Amino acid sequence: MQRRTFGLGAVLVGLSLVAGACSGGTGGTTGGGGTAAKTVKIYSSLPLTGPSRAQTLTVVNGIKMAIDENGGKDGTGAKIGSITVEYESLDDATAAKQSWDAAQEAENGRKAAEDSKTVGYLGTFNSGAARISIPIMNKAGIPMISPANTATDLTVDKSKDSVYYGAGKRNYFRVIPNDNIQGLVGANWMAALNAKKVFIVDDTDLYGKGLADVFQANAAKAGLTVVGREGAPKADNFNALVTKIKAAGAEGVYYGGIVDNNPAVLVKNLRAVDPKIIFMGADGIQCDEMIKQMGAAGEGVYATFGGVSVDKYTGIQADWLKKYKDKYGSDPQPYAIYGYEAANVMLKAIKETNGDRAGMVDAVKKVGTNYDGVLGKWSFDANGDTSNTAHTGVVVQGGKWVFSKVLN
Amino acid sequence: MIALIALGYTLVYGIIELINFAHGDLFMLGTFVSLTVVGAFGFSTLFGASTTTPAVLAIVVALVASVVFCGVLNVAIERIAYRRLRHAPRLAPLISAIGMSFILVNIGQVWKGPSSQGFPTLIPDFDILRDVFGMQTLVQLNFKEIFVVGIAVPLMIGLTLFIRRTKIGKAMRAVAQDREMAGLVGINVDQVISFTFLLGGMLAGAAGLIYGLFNENTVFNLGFSAGLKAFTAAVLGGIGNVTGAMLGGFVLGLIGALTVQYVGARWEQVLVFSVLVIILVFRPLGLLGEEV
Repeated sequence: MQRRTFGLGAVLVGLSLVAGACSGGTGGTTGGGGTAAKTVKIYSSLPLTGPSRAQTLTVVNGIKMAIDENGGKDGTGAKIGSITVEYESLDDATAAKQSWDAAQEAENGRKAAEDSKTVGYLGTFNSGAARISIPIMNKAGIPMISPANTATDLTVDKSKDSVYYGAGKRNYFRVIPNDNIQGLVGANWMAALNAKKVFIVDDTDLYGKGLADVFQANAAKAGLTVVGREGAPKADNFNALVTKIKAAGAEGVYYGGIVDNNPAVLVKNLRAVDPKIIFMGADGIQCDEMIKQMGAAGEGVYATFGGVSVDKYTGIQADWLKKYKDKYGSDPQPYAIYGYEAANVMLKAIKETNGDRAGMVDAVKKVGTNYDGVLGKWSFDANGDTSNTAHTGVVVQGGKWVFSKVLN
Repeated sequence: MIALIALGYTLVYGIIELINFAHGDLFMLGTFVSLTVVGAFGFSTLFGASTTTPAVLAIVVALVASVVFCGVLNVAIERIAYRRLRHAPRLAPLISAIGMSFILVNIGQVWKGPSSQGFPTLIPDFDILRDVFGMQTLVQLNFKEIFVVGIAVPLMIGLTLFIRRTKIGKAMRAVAQDREMAGLVGINVDQVISFTFLLGGMLAGAAGLIYGLFNENTVFNLGFSAGLKAFTAAVLGGIGNVTGAMLGGFVLGLIGALTVQYVGARWEQVLVFSVLVIILVFRPLGLLGEEV
């Protein structure tokens, strides 16, 4: 009894580390059963509460679709050879915060890491959340593929390696291009729209601030003058900030941040003082929730995001879109297809390793080399970033995000 | 606006020395009632939604509905959660108030869902100096702002006069000074307290509508931050002091706006609360002290 209590304590203290060690033991379960079917598990962690919900639900659908196409039913129980792959969707947002929450993400990460069946982690949606779970997954040796993180900090910045990948080799991958490209195309597009004086606003989160930094760094090259920079966390209204933006003589406003932090209100306030001002955001605001909150003031708001706009899907993506609509009866949001792609990479990696956690990270890397999927032909580079760079610019017209131009 | 919510806090505190934590959430429900009423008139944030109903009518009905709803609800809360605890130690009603706050937040969440709700634009938002007088200045005077001030200030003046001049106002002041003595001279204490809650609730209801019209959005957990700010304003001005609550509200708003302009948006809360701490260190009773 004494010893068992101690063991439990060790699991709680050592958390993922111990869980990682345990995973070796699971092999025994399979061995004991002889040829008995093995069961492994994939978790996803996305903010399913709050304004992001409309978007993230379609990402979960995309993941479930991949599972179902591999013999699963209702998004779980895919059959890869004799291996059964279970899938569980976790919510990393809390009702109190209405947005992703660091404590919740840590809890999700630990839950996945402690589960000896876990072989893969799909997530996160927000870059700030990835910062929490990457080290947890790294210690446990679980590969992580994000359908949505774009912050450069996570992969490109080598000085952060010890923070994220301290315990070993890189285990983090993403199927979406990072903000080094998004910030650059944003700056170029802003210049093309003839807004030479730009005021940059960010939501003070890892993703928003990082993106705004990249935009700012590329502004001069694109021929823009930055007339101001402000970190504005979520607020009831931005009237004071808007006055400041107007006083600075800005012709355009670039927003680095997510819909949860009330950019819709910022747009409304801005339009009130300057109806003609150009407002551009990125993938963080490119969702239907944003349009709903902005109402009529949202007309003409610009946004960039990696990949192709849903209404411009062609070829294999159009086929995918049709399958999605048939299955779920509604349109997917832009990230859904990335969820699908990430899940497929993970499933193929499970096939590669026969469901052994130990080889999963390498397997994901291997599968993600010259991968021919629904996002085209691409590869993960040494940092875990995708070789895809295509970005799309969209604009709100008639209460909808409408394709405007391909950006590069 | 902060001042209106602050008034609700201060009224209740002044009379029964209870910090009504549920007040901010009552205000949140006020915004929801307004939104529902306005929606029933066909106004919505959905693109292309239109209606022939004059906006003024919708606003007036929403105001009445919100004020009545919040007033009645606040009386009910007092009856259910606080009255029985009136002679209990002070901590008991305080905890009961926090519990009430949770209940209201959850009602709000079930009612409208967890995401932020957009409010339709009912009052035109144009810059009077720019659009009416044709002046191109950096100073802006938005119609919306004037509208808010136009509702809030008469409400506050009305409340002050009400407490100073009317019989029930006098009774309220008497109860605040000495509850037992007031009972001895024939004032129905329960009734007066109920009335205070009614008045506080009505102000929260009005503030709810104004908030919705001004900020054009609301969310179920709005009450916490709004309540905190209002409570701060009430303490700043001297809790229990009606004029103080108004002053506190204006001072807070002013500090916030100036901070955004000259220091940076992310410092707003820091500076606001620093000022509060500094003032409380030197004037523990608030700017105007506690009087009724």
